[in-house]
Amino acid sequence: MVGFIARRLVQSLFVLFVMTLIVFFGVNVIGNPVYIFASSECNQACVNGIIADLGLDRPVWEQYFVFVGNALSGDLGNSFTFGVPAMSLIWERLPATLELAFAALVIALGLGLPLGILAGLRPDAISSRLIMGVSTLGFSVPVFWIGLILIMVFSVQLGWLPSIGRGDTVSILGLEASFLTLDGLSHLLMPAFTLSLFMLAMVIRLTRAGMREVLHADYVKFARANGISETRILSVHVMKNILIPIVTVLGMEFGGVIAFAVVTESIFSWPGVGKMLIDAIAVLDRPLIVAYLVFVVFMFVIINLLVDILYSVLDPRVRLGGGAR
Amino acid sequence: MSAGAVTRPEQAGPVDPAGAPRPAEASAFAAVARAYARSLIAMTALVVFAIIAVAALLAPWIAPQNPYDLTQVDLLDNLLPPGSESFSGQIYWLGTDGQGRDILSAILYGLRISLLVGLASGVIALLIGAAVGLVSAYRGSWLDATIMRIVDLQLSFPTILVALILLVILGRGVDKIVFALVVVQWAYFARTVRGVALVENSREYIEAARGLKLGHLRILFGHLLPNCMPTLLVVATVQVASAISLEATLSFLGLGLPPTQPSLGLLIANGFDYMQSGRYWISLLPGVVLLVTIVSINVVGDRLRDVLNPRLAR
Repeated sequence: MVGFIARRLVQSLFVLFVMTLIVFFGVNVIGNPVYIFASSECNQACVNGIIADLGLDRPVWEQYFVFVGNALSGDLGNSFTFGVPAMSLIWERLPATLELAFAALVIALGLGLPLGILAGLRPDAISSRLIMGVSTLGFSVPVFWIGLILIMVFSVQLGWLPSIGRGDTVSILGLEASFLTLDGLSHLLMPAFTLSLFMLAMVIRLTRAGMREVLHADYVKFARANGISETRILSVHVMKNILIPIVTVLGMEFGGVIAFAVVTESIFSWPGVGKMLIDAIAVLDRPLIVAYLVFVVFMFVIINLLVDILYSVLDPRVRLGGGAR
Repeated sequence: MSAGAVTRPEQAGPVDPAGAPRPAEASAFAAVARAYARSLIAMTALVVFAIIAVAALLAPWIAPQNPYDLTQVDLLDNLLPPGSESFSGQIYWLGTDGQGRDILSAILYGLRISLLVGLASGVIALLIGAAVGLVSAYRGSWLDATIMRIVDLQLSFPTILVALILLVILGRGVDKIVFALVVVQWAYFARTVRGVALVENSREYIEAARGLKLGHLRILFGHLLPNCMPTLLVVATVQVASAISLEATLSFLGLGLPPTQPSLGLLIANGFDYMQSGRYWISLLPGVVLLVTIVSINVVGDRLRDVLNPRLAR
């Protein structure tokens, strides 16, 4: 177990090394890093200061370590547009993104489980075929377009839901949250639904597949023979067993949802890290771009590491099976 | 399926077109085509996609105007709803955008770029991924383990994130987005091909080829590759559809193609600003075309999978 975690840890560090190398060289080779970290008002003295700060007079491999050192201490330069440290902007915007992602998760489970159960109980019914057909669309249709259609129908035509921003927020534990106010909730609904579509399609499929499998299991037959009500069998015995793979897959996909929030946030002007990145790209606020990339790479490496470790705890075959499958 | 495969390779039989003897290739193709045609939905999707592809190919000749030739575009005709007549008597069947461009023409030209990007990245990713996957399965041992580790790592990062990072570094352009899509997609091909090739590699015809001391390259590309083709074909259709979708998403974000080469995604993005004021057609109609394109390719891919029945390792 310890050996497995150690191996994965080394591997994560290696990925981190490669990814920061890509970002570093991407930034250095494609553009002059002085102009990346210097704003347009920077005069010669200030440019020289930055060159010394970044250690550009030193060899390339040393520069890389300076960059990584800066990144580790959370110092990735000041944002051009906001004039504050780029990293602090990310922490400031992250709660909004997380709220959106969690809301999407709730929608995916809240809608996906009942629909999947329905489709699994009567696989040949027209309603089930319809559910499965729509879930196939969820995998193939570009999600950003669904967001546009939602805006067109519910904001422009019907005028029911707002299409921009986060609405009123309430502060809990120092973090702003939209879902506790009616106005915030109405702002949250469409972007969360748009973001949830992929997960929703996946939950429906997994639930249906799980139902088909579990309903024929011996323990369900025994429960039926014991005269336990069908509702109880479904909600306790079946549920418990189909939830395991669903929760696992959702956990693994959650990082992807945060990455994909870039798209949803820019459609609905949701003030999270994704929208911030797109805005930063539009005005070439390079310190902010680099900070986002480094942050997101860190986040993914950590998520992947946790998922791997969790997996090896839940399923010993993973760790015994070794590296290649 | 692999467990029962103790028959001689030339007796693989009709249930397994992948292992069908090669002299009968033409008839095997006909059998696949006949099986494909049994589904009405799949045939419709194929016809729809064929129409879309032809329309995209012939765009410069069938489009009412060249939307990027300023002499043909009249700014006074801007933001006309579908079916409007221009000052010069031309009818804009799908309306015009903010610069007075004919939406129908813009869609046809945009379709060209979307399909080009999707196909180009799909084909390049297929070539790279298939080569890597084949070699990985054929050589085995540490090379296989290393390559599959890299593939797993790559697949653990969401496609949109990897593409985003690359495009932020590289900037806009057709070549750049194709490169980004190839980087994102090759791993899917590599893993799938490796899975199929592993099964094929343990079959008797490969053993026979090794016994005959055929060259490695000949075994790889002459024997192993043809038998992975059905699976590759299915994965390729799905990947082309997802490449088109991803390109549209990235272009919508302003990261993919330059404004001088607008794909469907960029057209949708351009119309987004007008949507709030009720001018829905500028964004909606390119979106519908994008949707129909992606769904039709996916339906074709689904049907191919059913017909060819490859053992997809997904």
